Amino acid sequence: MSHSLTATALADLAGLWRIRCFEETVTRLRVEEQIVGSVHLCIGQEAIPVGACAALDLTRDAVFATYRGHGWALACGADPAALFAELLGRETGTNGGRAGSAYLSDPDHGFYGENSIVGAGAPIAVGAALAARYDGSGRVALTVFGDGAMNQGAVHEAMNMASAFDLPVVFLVENNRYSELTPIAAMVRNADLVARSAAYGMPGARVDGNDVDAVRRAVAEAVDTCRSGRGPVLIEAHTQRLVGHYIGDAQVYRPRDEVELARTAEPIVVLTAALRAAGVSDAELTGIETRVRAEIETAAAMALAAPPADPNAVKEHVYG
Amino acid sequence: MDEITYAQAVNAALRRALAEDPSTVLFGEDVALPGGVHGVTRRLHREFGERVFDTPISESAILGGAVGAAMMGLRPIVEIMWADFAFVAFDQLINQAANVRYVSRGRLTAPMTVRTQQGATPGSCAQHSQNVEALFAHIPGLRVCLPATPQDAYDLLLTAIGCDDPVVVIESRALYHSLKGTVDQDGPRAPIGGARIHRTGSDISVVTWGPMLHTVLEAARVLEGSDISVEVIDARWLNPFDTDTVAESVSRTGRLAVVHEANLTGGFGAEIIARVVERGVPLSTPPLRVATDDLRIPAAPGLQQAAIPGRDVVARQLLSMLAPGVAA
Ligand SMILES: Cc1ncc(C[n+]2csc(CCOP(=O)(O)OP(=O)(O)O)c2C)c(N)n1
Repeated sequence: MSHSLTATALADLAGLWRIRCFEETVTRLRVEEQIVGSVHLCIGQEAIPVGACAALDLTRDAVFATYRGHGWALACGADPAALFAELLGRETGTNGGRAGSAYLSDPDHGFYGENSIVGAGAPIAVGAALAARYDGSGRVALTVFGDGAMNQGAVHEAMNMASAFDLPVVFLVENNRYSELTPIAAMVRNADLVARSAAYGMPGARVDGNDVDAVRRAVAEAVDTCRSGRGPVLIEAHTQRLVGHYIGDAQVYRPRDEVELARTAEPIVVLTAALRAAGVSDAELTGIETRVRAEIETAAAMALAAPPADPNAVKEHVYG
Repeated sequence: MDEITYAQAVNAALRRALAEDPSTVLFGEDVALPGGVHGVTRRLHREFGERVFDTPISESAILGGAVGAAMMGLRPIVEIMWADFAFVAFDQLINQAANVRYVSRGRLTAPMTVRTQQGATPGSCAQHSQNVEALFAHIPGLRVCLPATPQDAYDLLLTAIGCDDPVVVIESRALYHSLKGTVDQDGPRAPIGGARIHRTGSDISVVTWGPMLHTVLEAARVLEGSDISVEVIDARWLNPFDTDTVAESVSRTGRLAVVHEANLTGGFGAEIIARVVERGVPLSTPPLRVATDDLRIPAAPGLQQAAIPGRDVVARQLLSMLAPGVAA
């Protein structure tokens, strides 16, 4: 690894740890019931948001994520303290406590929000790309969803419309092989999801979703295609979640050794090993984790100290 | 008789329906091998094999699949995991299922049951909190019921499955594992429709349904302390709606309140008031609607509480009917 490549990779590692530590803290807060309701983590899948967001220009591009979107919000640059606050229902949350874990947004950072209706972000991303036709921003819209969402009508419609109109949309599938509790392989005849791109006449790419750099390169290429007016791209990133579908999911549907095996190939392990092989010292590597952990702990403490959302404001922004 | 949960009552009704009628099939997302995300369909795949199966995350295909299978003589029971998700496939329910019998002049029918669950629970986001019964009840051709007790969770579902037309059974996520009761599982299937008076009273008739029944019953107990006697009616079925039971009650109490968790505007409560007023039942005070504020449902529990009427809000509002000075 060249020096500058190593510098990028070290930043990537910090990005991975930022999401991992955030999600671990969320788990603790959920178990303590400081956070309530369903919470979906992206532990194991961090390389996809970190790699993809590094290839976007978030001053103009727009990201549409799913309920598994904390990592995407962080990778877009949202403030961890504001994200914790949102999950905790605090006044200082990105959405003032209205959105919670599954529906948060932070447009100041190009993060146009999670969606907890499977596949619903895809047509909206098409609209954001359509707007770029008129506003001259050169915006690319990236919409990310799981393998299961590929079976949602809205996603088919979005892909077709984006293709027909050559719209700048990156459709990014995080294929973690499960749609909630059901294996994707049992729900499609052809588990090669990227093959569907051919049906819409758009380029498709498959990428190792545990490799930040591979994701960055694939998304960068897709963004290039989009920006130059050559229409949408479908990317399928293979990954695995190291945790249940939601916090509390005992994963009885999943083979015992599957997660153990996945731990040996997860993004932090892979990138740490590559950096070590490139000569980065253990001290530097653990230093990154320690620094990020402290940053995340501070953010959580700030959020916990914030006041709860004000019930008197519950009717603000109601109209009609 | 042992007490079972509301969720177990649903499970028992499904088991009985599958056992009694080989033309029933059960499908939906995660209902078979995992036994449902709320554990409601546990063990049914093991017992009934391929008559219970998982589907892709494709609500249009699930609901449309039920319509087509029902036209061909099966009795599909399908699950829409959250009522909010029905919106991605409203066409199949509203334009397709609801039209089958009418437009074919009865040459075709769609005997299908759509099970779903709704309501806000702490932390549920805006897309997992809505109460949508009025939207379904607005559509002629769709039957709609909302069980509020384990016995009704069992009975209403069996009745729905036995119905020759589409029925939407809206269960309560909040009650699945929190509410227990004894359930008679051997009775005959009840006819469709019919409200239940849960508590008799002489001052106000309150009509409610779903989990709000329990809030209203608590409020009624609170008001008992002020010597106010509240009659509590669980509507259970919105289509067909039991106007007779409500009108008879109001003719005794002279006061009508409706309480629902769905938001106020266009809620089914307004329909109930209209029906009673149209009947000419004399009212000694104007009728009252207690409902969730007209807004999107926020996730933070404190915000949710501010939007959805709880026991004290219900009690205060009911009290205001009798003692206007004390109003909310
Ligand atoms: C329209 C709709 N149907 C069903 C659900 C319930 N649900 C939430 S997450 C999920 C699984 C999604 O699987 P996938 O798209 O593979 O994403 P992953 O969870 O694996 O990231 C389901 C079925 C939903 N939220 N929206």
